[in-house]
Amino acid sequence: MDLATFLIQCLNSLQYGLLLFLVASGLTLIFGIMGVINLAHGSFYMIGAYMAYALAPVVASTFGGGFFATLFVGLVLAVVLGYVLEWAFFSFLYEREHLQQVLMTYGLILVFEELRSLIVGDDVYGVQPPDWLAGTIPLGEVMTYPVYRLFISGVCLALAAGMWAVFTRTRLGMMIRAGSTNREMVQSLGIDIKFLYRVVFAAGVAIAVLAGMVAAPVSSVYPGMGNQVLIICFVVVVIGGIGSIRGALLAALLIGVVDTFGKVVFPQAAGVLVYVLMALILLWKPDGLFKAG
Amino acid sequence: MRSPKSLFTAAVFVLLALYPFAAGQFGVDLVTKIMIYAIFALSLELLVGSTGLVCFGQAALFGIGAYAAVLLSPESDAANLTWLLPASVLAAAAYALFMGALSLRTKGVYFIMVTLAFAQMAYYVVHDTPLGGGTDGIYLNVKPTLAVGGATLVNLDHAPSFYAFTLVMLAGVFGFLALLLRSRFGRALAGIKANEQRMRATGFSTYPYKLAAFVISGALAGLAGFLFAVKDGVVNPELMSWHLSGAVLIMIILGGLGHLRGALIGAFAFALLQEFFKSEAIFGAFAKHWHLGLGLSIIACVALLPNGLVGLPAQWRARLTGRAPRGSTGPAQGAQHG
Repeated sequence: MDLATFLIQCLNSLQYGLLLFLVASGLTLIFGIMGVINLAHGSFYMIGAYMAYALAPVVASTFGGGFFATLFVGLVLAVVLGYVLEWAFFSFLYEREHLQQVLMTYGLILVFEELRSLIVGDDVYGVQPPDWLAGTIPLGEVMTYPVYRLFISGVCLALAAGMWAVFTRTRLGMMIRAGSTNREMVQSLGIDIKFLYRVVFAAGVAIAVLAGMVAAPVSSVYPGMGNQVLIICFVVVVIGGIGSIRGALLAALLIGVVDTFGKVVFPQAAGVLVYVLMALILLWKPDGLFKAG
Repeated sequence: MRSPKSLFTAAVFVLLALYPFAAGQFGVDLVTKIMIYAIFALSLELLVGSTGLVCFGQAALFGIGAYAAVLLSPESDAANLTWLLPASVLAAAAYALFMGALSLRTKGVYFIMVTLAFAQMAYYVVHDTPLGGGTDGIYLNVKPTLAVGGATLVNLDHAPSFYAFTLVMLAGVFGFLALLLRSRFGRALAGIKANEQRMRATGFSTYPYKLAAFVISGALAGLAGFLFAVKDGVVNPELMSWHLSGAVLIMIILGGLGHLRGALIGAFAFALLQEFFKSEAIFGAFAKHWHLGLGLSIIACVALLPNGLVGLPAQWRARLTGRAPRGSTGPAQGAQHG
């Protein structure tokens, strides 16, 4: 492996790792704060990717807008979807045991997959990045790197920073953190905890949808993509330590490196490597790298 | 053997034994498949319902039993059941030992996710390597037979024999688990489910008990996988997919956790629900979107049947008398936060 290939793979690892972190952070958010295991989280990612494919022409013909208009419309739809889903399904699950949460969200996966199949079919679609992000930039003397992948990393970094700022620097973040520790106390202080949960859930859905929309031009859009991401996100959460955002970031980057380089160095074993990594880390630290709380 | 529960179970097995005399080939085939799912569901019930360990990777053990059955069979000759069956079961038990030893170091939600991840590991091994034929899977050319001294006693290629063999296996597994749960070992598992901390405080080392339950469960799942491979004569990575782990979990929850007969009822209910939504006679072209109906039914079941189908009579009785059914109030026994 020469230096240029190595650099390209490093950037790819970073891009994949950051994207994983983004999806996994939504999973951690919903689990860490509301205590709900949401298997349907991967479906939100899938919905995002299909939105990037199906929504772009609609938005372009209605508003005459481009890439950012599509992202914006997608985000609005995602927030509405998250808000309605929380109201219709998830608000009943907080009191239920984990098993029933697993069951109901599994039912939701089946429903989302079939609705996807009914609305856009079962084909694999490619999505083009916008023209102004389509090119490549030179990397060293002979190699080039796609601009769009750098753009994904940028978006993920910006979102991560934004989430961190909201959590640690704002009143909303303070209420959310308090709400995750003691629901009753926060409620008795006059804060509408039901509304707060609904907002957190909608935000988690929006982040996953955004990740899917942004990733679509690189990963292409195919049935079952949500489940694949979901399971890798589980691995991220387990390696990082449940509820630890810091741990999820580290784990996602680690998996980005192992998966990306694994595909180049041992293409035969690439699928297994991530799970071997997980097994090794659990042997060493059963509660993940950073155990929260 | 005097409670209505034992009567119910006995009646189910009598009906299953009489069924082939009344049913056509399609029906026999369907019920054979359901009985295999019932064994699979019972294997998980031992973990989830009896020990309180929510395993989301049971399909891997099922798949390993199935793959072992095909990979160990000779190319063009019938394998003998007397060694092929134990070998397949042992292969699944061996992976269960590895998977359990590591994942039991974690708790609650961690355990759910870790078992899922270990199952994915097995899935990718058969999916990505040429060992098991990759995505296409491999065929079992000649089905195993039970031969003693040159005389073939059971030929699993013969559908009625296979039905009978599966029924005997199901009854055996059911009886074995019923005895196991009544033993000292079973009591320990019940104690672990109720309050593991207290069990440890009273001097029980709970880890070996949980690991033993995991390995037994894995062996039984392997048995179900073995039967499945022999029934269809083909295995593919889908047998290890997490969808199957989810499906078997749904079977036992749908039936009612904490009851062996819940696993039986759940396997039947789930498979029949699936057949119903898949039926082109009822849904026409929409039948290929059968996951939609199944998914909505699952959601409805979670919302309306907190104790599964087993709890339904109590729920009805409570509605008639106006009293809350036992165990349906309050948040969730056994919820463990990681």
